[in-house]
Amino acid sequence: MLKIQDLVVKYGGITAVDGISLEIGQGETVALIGANGAGKSTTLQAVSSLVKIASGKIFFEGKDITKAGADAIVKMGLVHVPEGRQIFTRLSVEDNLRMGAYLSKDKKRDEKNREWVMDLFPILRERARQVAGTLSGGEQQMLAIGRALMSNPKMLLLDEPSMGLSPIITQQVFQVLRKLKEEGITIFLIEQNAYDALEISERAYIMESGRITLSDRSDVLISDERVKDAYLGGAV
Amino acid sequence: MTLSYILTILVSGLKLGAIYAIVAIGYSIVYGILRLINFAHGDIMTVGIYIILVLMNRAGLPIYVSILASVAISVFVGLLIERLAYRPLRDATEETTLISSLAVSALLQNILLLCFGAQRQPFMLPGFLTQGHTIGSVNFTNINIITFIITAIFLVALFLLLSKTKIGIAMRACSENMKAARLMGISVNKVVMVAFAIGSGMAVIAGFLLAGEYKTVYPSLGFVPGLKAFCAAVIGGIGSLGGAVAGAFIIGVTEILFAGLMPTSYTAYRDAFVFLLMVVVLLFRPNGLFGSTKGERS
Ligand SMILES: Nc1ncnc2c1ncn2[C@@H]1O[C@H](COP(=O)(O)OP(=O)(O)OP(=O)(O)O)[C@@H](O)[C@H]1O
Ligand SMILES: [Mg+2]
Repeated sequence: MLKIQDLVVKYGGITAVDGISLEIGQGETVALIGANGAGKSTTLQAVSSLVKIASGKIFFEGKDITKAGADAIVKMGLVHVPEGRQIFTRLSVEDNLRMGAYLSKDKKRDEKNREWVMDLFPILRERARQVAGTLSGGEQQMLAIGRALMSNPKMLLLDEPSMGLSPIITQQVFQVLRKLKEEGITIFLIEQNAYDALEISERAYIMESGRITLSDRSDVLISDERVKDAYLGGAV
Repeated sequence: MTLSYILTILVSGLKLGAIYAIVAIGYSIVYGILRLINFAHGDIMTVGIYIILVLMNRAGLPIYVSILASVAISVFVGLLIERLAYRPLRDATEETTLISSLAVSALLQNILLLCFGAQRQPFMLPGFLTQGHTIGSVNFTNINIITFIITAIFLVALFLLLSKTKIGIAMRACSENMKAARLMGISVNKVVMVAFAIGSGMAVIAGFLLAGEYKTVYPSLGFVPGLKAFCAAVIGGIGSLGGAVAGAFIIGVTEILFAGLMPTSYTAYRDAFVFLLMVVVLLFRPNGLFGSTKGERS
């Protein structure tokens, strides 16, 4: 469904992503794990056209989206939930959701999606008229995911959805991700929280300093000594 | 100095404030989205006035048709400026775009100079608009009333646009977090163009009202009122539309009170007084009266 070929991204002189290739099939949940600064967020930003690509190609459902604009990519059903939530703090919860459906012209479908999102995250229904900046961290993450769902995505790019959340809220968020998985949405998940990420995903890629150093089935990686030492704190 | 004199100048102060408010909103919308201080905004106003004049005097069109046509043409000019002078600098620093806007301002003034010469041309409102009334002891004209009505309509329309419509909410989303807005599929170019179109169109109406007040037009006419509207936006807290409107009324009223109450030998300093007012406000409230302390965009 998503295919990245020899992707290179540079910030001035720094090479943040150094020639990575990966492929994600329809309906799969795939994790991308790596230390701070490995280039994970940059990879997602390259896919959704937020940063310039130095070289390489990106395909979504067989179509070359390397040069596509951010809006064209959303329209195709590939939606990015960015690191740090990036909700619109000065807009109401409702207006945030409305922006998620910005490109949609189908009011009925928007309404259905709104109900679906509010059923997934009942707290958003309660807070619908509240200014989003007043939500708690967990609620903001739910809003960020809910906002992305408003456009009826086929595939979600999730950048550290558990960042800064308590273990209980993290489990709630992962619970919702499992539901989305069951609904057939393809998920590409970045996580620092490697254990949860490996548990929810079928496959995973390990990224270090801009390169993919390891990739395998998640159940294999979860018991791999190298992964245990580096990302699971040896504790599992 | 009678009460009726004070009330009458208070009305002119509010009227001037209403005109500044229309211009200040244009500054503020564009600044909110692009962090661009568009110093050419006041000159768009002048361009609009000259177009009205040409359409009325040379093409012989009725005044209302001329105004509407001028709005349309000036919106086009505003969009052209955005496309040619500002869009290529989208990723540049605030200082760079500010200098670019000063260049556009100089360019527009010089084009007007080239086309119409430096001499002032009379700009007379039709008799109906200048007809005076007296209620109690306060004097005012039809154009005063019309100015208040137009400003009120603009404010209400803008409020509805920004709070109810998809594109309006997208403008607010963009001004808070442009990257996230792009992830929603919001086209930043479209949002910026809407902002420039609204700003330029409203500036022409403000220009018409202002030229009617001055009874004359010359190529640099819009620059100083543009600066004052900018001060209004800054005093109110730049980026905050409510603040811009409040700032505009504060500036309009204090400017006219200064001009009307000080000895005539001081009235020449009324512009300087406005800028001094801004400096004083900023000394005590660096983010303006209604500006948030965390105005930076993430
Ligand atoms: N806008 C930028 N300008 C310059 N360098 C950047 C920029 N964004 C990221 N970098 C650099 O690129 C490298 C990769 O950053 P990236 O954000 O992709 O890492 P990450 O794997 O997402 O890390 P984290 O887990 O901390 O989020 C880092 O060295 C970072 O300093
Ligand atoms: Mg990151």
